[in-house]
Amino acid sequence: MNWLLDLTPDEWNAVRLSIKVATVAMLFSLPPGILIALLLARGKFWGKTLLNGLVHLPLILPPVVTGYLLLLTFGRRGPAGAFLAEHFGIVFSFRWTGAALACGIMGFPLMVRAIRLSIEAVDRKMEAAAGTLGANPLLVFATITLPLILPGLIAGAILSFAKAMGEFGATITFVSNIPNETQTLPSAIYTFTQVPGGDEGALRLTLISIVISMAALVASEVLARRVGRRMDIE
Amino acid sequence: MSVVVDISRRLGDFGIDARFESAGRLTALFGPSGSGKTTLIDLIAGLIRPDKGRIAIDGRVLVDTAAGIFVPKHKRRIGMVFQDARLFPHMSVAGNLRYGRWFTPKAERYADFNAVVDLLGIGPLLERRPAKLSGGEKQRVAIGRALLASPKLLLMDEPLASLDDARKAEILPYIERLRDETKIPIVYVSHSVAEVARLASDVVVLAQGKVVAAGPTGAIMRRLDLLPAEERGEGGAVLDTAVLRHDKAFGMTVLGSAAGEIRVPLLAMPVGAPVRTRIRARDVMIATELPTGLSALNILPGTIVAIEPGEGPSVEVGIDCNGATILARITEQSRQALKLRLGRKVFAVVKTVSFDRANTGAGLPAEADG
Repeated sequence: MNWLLDLTPDEWNAVRLSIKVATVAMLFSLPPGILIALLLARGKFWGKTLLNGLVHLPLILPPVVTGYLLLLTFGRRGPAGAFLAEHFGIVFSFRWTGAALACGIMGFPLMVRAIRLSIEAVDRKMEAAAGTLGANPLLVFATITLPLILPGLIAGAILSFAKAMGEFGATITFVSNIPNETQTLPSAIYTFTQVPGGDEGALRLTLISIVISMAALVASEVLARRVGRRMDIE
Repeated sequence: MSVVVDISRRLGDFGIDARFESAGRLTALFGPSGSGKTTLIDLIAGLIRPDKGRIAIDGRVLVDTAAGIFVPKHKRRIGMVFQDARLFPHMSVAGNLRYGRWFTPKAERYADFNAVVDLLGIGPLLERRPAKLSGGEKQRVAIGRALLASPKLLLMDEPLASLDDARKAEILPYIERLRDETKIPIVYVSHSVAEVARLASDVVVLAQGKVVAAGPTGAIMRRLDLLPAEERGEGGAVLDTAVLRHDKAFGMTVLGSAAGEIRVPLLAMPVGAPVRTRIRARDVMIATELPTGLSALNILPGTIVAIEPGEGPSVEVGIDCNGATILARITEQSRQALKLRLGRKVFAVVKTVSFDRANTGAGLPAEADG
């Protein structure tokens, strides 16, 4: 059993990096995820179908295509990449931040779907009641809508995290496979399978990957149940 | 205090075009379902926009389409109690009650938490979650929540409609206390004659989106033609009386009214307390001379002041008993047999047991009716 826990420094780095990338991807996806879900659930505007399609694109396109598009847009010479690097000093290409961006975008449709469904399930009469009690629309959202969609937010966040933990195609295309910088768990496993005698390492990381994903799932279940009990929604 | 509404709105096939003014303490918007009551109350609360019109409360203009004024709902300071309570499921009862307080400017907070909790008897519920409350408890908490936002007007949209009779009887006294002990004017939506007769100081009758009559409760409830067909049997005279004495031996309370003494089943109210009672027209018999050998205890002398054709074989007879008008529904055959005509002296006969809990409640204090 010892060989299981006896990770090399590079393997540890891959684990740590994966968790970091997935967490950052999830956290940064949340605000725009909520906003877009709100727009799609309640907005009435021209181009709503287009926006919906755009959000879902990463789900339909081959990940390599998404990765390549990211490279074109956010690479050093890409329009967005050059602009961000020049004005804000934010560089994505061949950095862990780029891996987080790729993971966030790949998980975005899953997150938006979960949040959108929970927003659509909110009884708008509750919001009207809060309005008659003096709360302005922003406060109604913060004190009524947001708490009521919390289970959906948790589900969306966990989906995004899990997707990020497993993301491979877009990440490797956009930021390559650099140990300690962009080599996440899936990339590391892939690397092991490409070298002779790498089976043991691949298996180790595979098991770790399973443990992390299961832990995230169980955590979300526990959290969602606690929120549900708090609200006594039968 | 006055409510002025003059509003019109179209929505598909349904249109509302209503105009009324009320200065009463509890104004009932009364009418069958589909008559536009809820639309009207939603317009006052600001939940929907009118096509055109004007709404003013105590001179404060909330809506004036001509002047381009539309005060959004969160700035109207109008408390609303919904039929379905709409308590926030993620907050405790106490959290629900305190919600509106956050948004009320300090200078305008007149509602005292403990006083409202006592008024509604919800002290033992404070720590509970809304899902763990009964229908009646939910409605009391909803009323408390609206009150604690210190509103300038309280709107109640059929707050009893989804409750069974026992729960209704549980809440009615609280609404009476609300009407009598707080200074907030109330607009109360209902399709129930029993509720309106018991609670309202003024009534606005709606049918198909239009106001068909408005006035003091007594005057409106006497007009059986205004009541929806299925509720017509519930109509009758509404008398404001006071407890004279209790007859514990026979389990009765004697009420003093302009028409004379009325014996009703025992009420748990102190001597002198005002009592609002409704005498259904169908419960009243007419005798041309003082009846003897009759079990009914209430025999009120009076003069016939109105005879109107009613539904089917019936006629409706108005009897003025020393200033209080009592309504009787009898058959045309009886009317002819007894030779009843305007100006004739008769006796109105009412059985004590025809007064039940639903039609005897706390009356408005004397100074209430302006």
